[in-house]
Amino acid sequence: MDAWTLEQRGLAGVKRRLRREQRQLKLRRFFRSKQAVIGSLIVLLLALAALLAPVLAPADPLAQTVSDRLAAPGGEYLLGTDKLGRDLLSRIIYGARVSMIVGMSVGLSSMVFGMIVGLYAAYYKALDNVLMRICDGLSAIPSTLLAIALMAMLGQSTFNVILALSIVYIPRMARIARSSALIVKEQTYIEALRSQGASSFRIIWGHIAPNILSAVVVQASYNFANSIITEAALSFLGVGVPAPQPSWGNILSEGREVISSAWWMIVYPGLATALAVMGTNVFGDGLRDILDPHAN
Amino acid sequence: MLKYVIRRLLTLIPVLFIVSVVIFLLIHLVPGDPAAVMLGDQATPEQIAALRETLGLNEPLVLQYVHWVRDIFHGDLGTSLFMSGTMWEIIRSHMIPTVQQTLVAIAFATIVGVPLGMLAAVKRSRAADQVISAFSIIGVSMPSFLMGLGLVLLFSVKLGWLPSSGYKEIGAYGWGTHIRYLLLPGIALGFIEMGLIIRMTRSSMLEILGADYMRMAKAKGVSRFRMFARHAMKNALVGIVTVVGLAFISCLGGAAVTETIFNIPGIGKLTLNAVMRRDYEVVQAVVLVVSLLNVLCTLVLDLLYGLIDPRVRME
Repeated sequence: MDAWTLEQRGLAGVKRRLRREQRQLKLRRFFRSKQAVIGSLIVLLLALAALLAPVLAPADPLAQTVSDRLAAPGGEYLLGTDKLGRDLLSRIIYGARVSMIVGMSVGLSSMVFGMIVGLYAAYYKALDNVLMRICDGLSAIPSTLLAIALMAMLGQSTFNVILALSIVYIPRMARIARSSALIVKEQTYIEALRSQGASSFRIIWGHIAPNILSAVVVQASYNFANSIITEAALSFLGVGVPAPQPSWGNILSEGREVISSAWWMIVYPGLATALAVMGTNVFGDGLRDILDPHAN
Repeated sequence: MLKYVIRRLLTLIPVLFIVSVVIFLLIHLVPGDPAAVMLGDQATPEQIAALRETLGLNEPLVLQYVHWVRDIFHGDLGTSLFMSGTMWEIIRSHMIPTVQQTLVAIAFATIVGVPLGMLAAVKRSRAADQVISAFSIIGVSMPSFLMGLGLVLLFSVKLGWLPSSGYKEIGAYGWGTHIRYLLLPGIALGFIEMGLIIRMTRSSMLEILGADYMRMAKAKGVSRFRMFARHAMKNALVGIVTVVGLAFISCLGGAAVTETIFNIPGIGKLTLNAVMRRDYEVVQAVVLVVSLLNVLCTLVLDLLYGLIDPRVRME
């Protein structure tokens, strides 16, 4: 762009153009990254399955047909039935709902609260010690064990799974948000803002927050992936999503009881879980390459 | 070094304080009266009142915490509603199978992970490296319950080579049977750690292979084998020891899943049984002990680090 057009458009125009170029760059990086494309396709697929479960599922996931207990795959039931004669395919499709709801809620809540904690810890030195010691303490308890203990006390429900996993993942997010924010805080433009008399609130949310967003979003995508695994593990152990409601974890748990006679009860929900885990992890890797290329 | 040790020990205080507060507060997360929930529908008001008294629930919260911590320092971790013996005995007897399983897991992860990681580094960017790297990605992202179920399906149900569940003590059954029963749970538990060890070994090996002293060794005319065994291995070991140490901690905390699949009476199974029976004091005690072990292991690792690498002490 030559000087003449620069003057013509003014500073606002230049800003807009720069922003557009950045967006295009990110988009180009996205489509060039095989991981990001494959990952987001898988996540999209799962989200669609979760959203359209009532349309896609061939049967009611809770309807029991006693005469068709543990029917092998094929025929009327594409993926077979469980020991209560419920259609496995429908249960897996509805199970995607639980995984997606838990994954997205935990990803989002850990992002929001982790960012709040991390930003304020980085900005106010006095808060830093208190908040970070709390995070240290929480992360000193092994995460699976903490999640199990929390579920034991709170009681089984999808909401409590989200609550427990958020408590487990917020400290890690806070740590990442804090360390990114500490770097941003030392930049000259933050000093300039402060000397202009900008309020702390404006500096934190208007100027530091947007600059740490990439790192936070990348971590949120990993939390999304990890909470899908942990939810499945908790439900598998019988302390996650309660029984009649299908979740991949509790389908697998029922499958374990009939593992020697009904392989499909393990293989299909297992494949669904593996696909989701791989997909969300690859999605996270792709996202990192696009948003936070220096992290790798 | 002494200054480093003291500084490191001081950082433990706030961590232990927070851990204890969190675990103490767990029981207060129970909706309603914990004593009533623990005893179930059949309990009489007198029984509930008595349990409230033993749990100390009638005191103010801060006082409850102070008493709870005091009891812990006196070696009293609370009592189980269903199991006899002191809490220490209960935890110790359940800890043994978990530690044995963890040792098998670590052995598997190290024996498979370290050579594969080294091979990948030496054959960098070639087919072997790509296959191994893909394998390690699968390892890292495969949840242990899927791995465990898959192993049972393949090796027990389909091939019939290994037992699908159970735990056999060394004393009563001998080493052979003992290990045979721990093989599948150990592999399931150690698979993720194997993936991590491959990654770590590969990257630290690559760093070392590109280092100046390796070029120097090559220029001196040191043989390929000697270069590898004497110069590279020694330096790679520091990183590998750390990963193995961390793997040990995460296996201890994550054994609940494999113990459920393979029906091993370990610490994870103890926790889950306590959860099902609302034996909350057992849950608190187990979480406390495992967290303390975790903190202790991290401390030992950090001190080892300081010992091996003087730069760490200066930070």
